[in-house]
Amino acid sequence: MTTSPTRPAPAYRRGPGRLPYLLLLPCLVVIAALLLWPLGQVAVMSLYDLDSVRQVRGQRPWPFAGLANYREILSDPFFHTVLRNTVLFALANVFLTMVLGTLVGLLLHRLGRRMAAFVGGCVLLAWATPALTGTITWKWIFDDTNGLVTWLFNALPSGLSSSLFGRSEWTGYGWFNSPLSFFSILTLVVVWHSFPFIAVSVLAGLKSLPGELLEAARVDGAGPWRSFWSVTFPLLRPVFGILVVLSTIWDFKVFTQQYVLAGGTQDRPTFMLSIYSYATAFSPPPKYGLGATIAVVLTVILLVVTGVYVRSLLKQEEL
Amino acid sequence: MRRRHALNVVGLLVALFAVFPVVWMVSTSLKSTPEIFSGGPLPFPRSPTLEHYRTILTGDLIPGVTFVDFFRNSVLVALATVLISGLIALLAATAVARFRFRLRTSFLVMLLVVQMIPLEALVIPLFLMIQRLGLYDTLASLVLTYVGFSLPFAVWMLRGFVAAVPVELEEAAAIDGASRAQIFRRILLPLVAPGLAATSIFSFIVAWNELIFALTFLNDQSRYTLPVAMTFFFGRDDTAWGPVMAASTILTIPVLVFFLVVQRRMVGGLAAGALKG
Repeated sequence: MTTSPTRPAPAYRRGPGRLPYLLLLPCLVVIAALLLWPLGQVAVMSLYDLDSVRQVRGQRPWPFAGLANYREILSDPFFHTVLRNTVLFALANVFLTMVLGTLVGLLLHRLGRRMAAFVGGCVLLAWATPALTGTITWKWIFDDTNGLVTWLFNALPSGLSSSLFGRSEWTGYGWFNSPLSFFSILTLVVVWHSFPFIAVSVLAGLKSLPGELLEAARVDGAGPWRSFWSVTFPLLRPVFGILVVLSTIWDFKVFTQQYVLAGGTQDRPTFMLSIYSYATAFSPPPKYGLGATIAVVLTVILLVVTGVYVRSLLKQEEL
Repeated sequence: MRRRHALNVVGLLVALFAVFPVVWMVSTSLKSTPEIFSGGPLPFPRSPTLEHYRTILTGDLIPGVTFVDFFRNSVLVALATVLISGLIALLAATAVARFRFRLRTSFLVMLLVVQMIPLEALVIPLFLMIQRLGLYDTLASLVLTYVGFSLPFAVWMLRGFVAAVPVELEEAAAIDGASRAQIFRRILLPLVAPGLAATSIFSFIVAWNELIFALTFLNDQSRYTLPVAMTFFFGRDDTAWGPVMAASTILTIPVLVFFLVVQRRMVGGLAAGALKG
């Protein structure tokens, strides 16, 4: 170790003092006021009986309800249906999104340069499309009179259509009427919207891998399946971990797509947590306290998932 | 060789699945009403027409209110969000990229954590806040909300850009006697401008696309933003797919253009360090 002569730090870098805190102040105020305070407030509201806007405005007293709201939803069979819908939907969507996204990522990695650019560009368009207009377009595709899907099913030879589905006339068929078909279409919409992010991220991960490893696996006679599970997956495990967590968080709180497909908040059998919370609070008669309680349940579930996410991120990222 | 062909075919199928709804949206918006009603699978309009665009741009959707008003509301909200969020994010990003201080790591962890807060769960308490601030049924309520939502990611994204500006430049300026404010304005700001643009686009998209809060905080129809107006006049008349697709196209195109400009940053930011791992 040579002792270098201590150079005086330039004025600019000498002891930061209070400056960094001053620079952070506006940001901290905004985050505290618009994210952290409401997060606390939603928990507080869940402990009260709030059923009028005047209470929300603070013009009327808030009757304390203790845990009554929690007892009410936990003993409500409908809440159990909603919770089951949410969990099953999230699991199915995370699974399908991850599988499709990973396959497309691997595909993009294998395609020639021009083809990869073209397919990648198309995939990005799906990602970029706003949830709202993407969903409206899917709803149009499944429209019961002039929608493309209805047209395609009508175009099937009627004998085939009758023997397969028990009907040959599809005009007027309500694609969104049964919960199962509603959730299938919602899954289609959500997966369509979210697989591009997975594909692009997996592709970025693949590009960071040393090519020799996969080459060596191939030389040793490993097929694509084998080399994925023995080489690619273990190396990209952190990427996959984070992608699964992010997808889980996103798919647990799907709102816009559901709101648009269901045409508002009337379709109770297909409720999931976020729309249930919203409808409880804002559909007449408003029940803000109960809505807040459902929001707390959603938040707690996601906090657990987030805990896992942040821990895995902290292990890798040099902050 | 055959394998290559097979992969290309699969690639084209994926591209078709991804891009089809977007193509279908635009092409429907350009088809004549009779052609839409015929319900055929033709992905391009036989004789393109702008009639649906004319309908939504000139027709009064609600007495006295046109599509142009919704568009203007959306633009106002998005621009205000971009300006405020960009400024605050730049200050914060400078702090974390340029200084080592005690709570720096805690702050960065907090940025990550708050991005995971489900915004859908904040509708009710923010509704309360907006009511109490007297901002109910104003566009300002949305600007306030969207600044909060876009800020954590904006700071996260921008700090990389600030860190990429060589400190030596600033030190040289400092030695030449420039004040901190001068260094910020003359050196840091111009060099960070591309990053600021990318961050602004992100904030813009957040504000432009948002539905739930706009749905909750606005009452007067003349103040509706585009997404709220879409759900409103979309729910009323289920058969008017031409105008609905024209409106959807107008809402979508700016986002697509902006998104393609910044997509690399989005991937980098969202998956954070994972991809380097």
